[in-house]
Amino acid sequence: MAETGKQAVVRVEHLSKHFGEGSSRVDALRDINLDVYPGQVVGLMGPSGSGKTTLLHCIACILQPSSGRITLDGEAVYDERWLKADLRRLRLDKIGFIFQYPNLLPFLNGSDNVALVLDLAGFSAAAARTRAVELLDYLEVGHRKHAMPKQLSGGEAQRVAIARALANKPRIILADEPTAPLDSARARIVMDLLRRIAVEQSAAIIVVTHDEMILDRFDHIYRLRDGRLEDSEPGRPAPSAKPAVVPA
Amino acid sequence: MNLAYRDIKHNLLRFVLTNFGLSLLLGIVIMITGVYGGMIDEALRQARAPNVDLWVVEAGTNGPFAEASRISGDTRELVSRVYGVERAGSVTYQSVQTELNGKPLRMFLVGFEPGRPGAPRKISAGREITRGHYEMIVDRSAGLKLGQEVPLGTHGHKFTVVGLMTREVTASGDPVGYITLRDAQALQFELAPPTERREVARGGALQTNDQINAVVAKISPYVPVSEVAVALSRWKHLTTLQQEQQETLLSKFVIERVRNQQFLIMVLLIIVSAVIIALIVYTLTMDKVRSIATLKFVGAPDRTIIGLILQQSLSMGIFGYFMGLILVLTFEPYFPRRLVLDPVNVSIVFAIVIVVCLAASTLGIRLALKVDPTEALASSG
Repeated sequence: MAETGKQAVVRVEHLSKHFGEGSSRVDALRDINLDVYPGQVVGLMGPSGSGKTTLLHCIACILQPSSGRITLDGEAVYDERWLKADLRRLRLDKIGFIFQYPNLLPFLNGSDNVALVLDLAGFSAAAARTRAVELLDYLEVGHRKHAMPKQLSGGEAQRVAIARALANKPRIILADEPTAPLDSARARIVMDLLRRIAVEQSAAIIVVTHDEMILDRFDHIYRLRDGRLEDSEPGRPAPSAKPAVVPA
Repeated sequence: MNLAYRDIKHNLLRFVLTNFGLSLLLGIVIMITGVYGGMIDEALRQARAPNVDLWVVEAGTNGPFAEASRISGDTRELVSRVYGVERAGSVTYQSVQTELNGKPLRMFLVGFEPGRPGAPRKISAGREITRGHYEMIVDRSAGLKLGQEVPLGTHGHKFTVVGLMTREVTASGDPVGYITLRDAQALQFELAPPTERREVARGGALQTNDQINAVVAKISPYVPVSEVAVALSRWKHLTTLQQEQQETLLSKFVIERVRNQQFLIMVLLIIVSAVIIALIVYTLTMDKVRSIATLKFVGAPDRTIIGLILQQSLSMGIFGYFMGLILVLTFEPYFPRRLVLDPVNVSIVFAIVIVVCLAASTLGIRLALKVDPTEALASSG
């Protein structure tokens, strides 16, 4: 899936991951190769236990692969061993993560959940708050910025979670079944939003999903079975629903 | 962004209720400190009451508080003549129990010679003893009023309360009363009428009443106390104790066992507090495992997570401590024993609470640091 003239934001080469040894060894990932380019939204599909989430964890630098190489935003982060000492800082600076469930901190309101990431990144409180409110407005949940997570609907909470993932302007956005708890209409809205962000922010987005209804929102779809990347197929990207610009 | 504060604010009721429970526990720790302080103060009060420099007691004893001491009534005249002794007075000490309005009344009676050392330090109401017999000055904790009559002794003499004192109680909490030396000697050494009749019938000699427990002496500021003590020790039938020795005897030896018991209770309470704080912090951390996993996932460093737990633990300890202190100060007047909250001891308890909180939070911190960020991905349902 090479794109001439562009450098892959996520590059995975010969990545393998196994759990256990000897008779109890389980090969979760076997010789995975994939590239994701700026502005692309890529889907990772496959049955349960195929290794989708393991691959996502390896790319997110929270699970150490057994072998292979991972390059994020042009910087090699894993080459048979971690090349970065502070992986959390790397995640904070380069990766935005959208969970299956919003996972908002229950003791922070909507805007504070978003501002937290910026606070951790060293932004001033005022700058963090301004950016958080801008993002929430962009995602059309600005009016709920003072609401606590339990007061938000599923869709609103997921949009706040997306705002948190975008807060630090990451080049890579990883999403683990972000549409699972949503109905099909809201799922499409979320996917359109991710597509828009990918384009506007030149970000690479990898989405793990089981949802066949949103296949047309991907630029490319990878299918995993028993830890192997069986085949890859181009998706059917739909036009962006709203020509807005992610707040700079 | 202070996550600890936000979390406390979010769960304010739980924090307040948890702290209330903790404050009761820490209040007991502070109260035990107060009881301990009160006990030392009360024990020393008796020795300090006469405001003297020397105690002359029976040879070979550590009287009159640590041990029984009985010396001849004329010892005071002997002591008065020693160079350096400015003033001297005879004193007796005894515990009495009588019945008043159908209720038992325990007192610690001091017999003294009016106008000489050994008299009560300060009278808060009424007057000093002016009559030779059957008048008394007593601490307010006895519940007696001015003019009230109290029957004392085997002959049933009634003593009239003429003066009241404040905070003059023994280490065991009994109110202290002052009566004249003659009355005290009569109470202590006088035989009951049937016993006296029996003694006369069998032809035995009646015992002399002129015995005292100690002579207290005020030494001239121009003569070293030790020099007078050496001079007095030449009499082989007497032992001389300086004021510091008497105070050491009272604070270190007389109440040593009670002091050790209190110390043990305090140590146990601090251990219990530590375990409870550790469990509360651990439980609070358990409740936040998913949030901690999310924090780790989005890139929060360990110091942010440690800070969250540590700050909550310290907030709990500090709020619990001050709430406990307020409770103790509020209910102090209703406490059956006198509490003396020495600022140094109270500060030491505060420092211990802080150390305990820091130590107790390690359990929660250990749990938090072990939380796998991938737990944030687990379905929450």
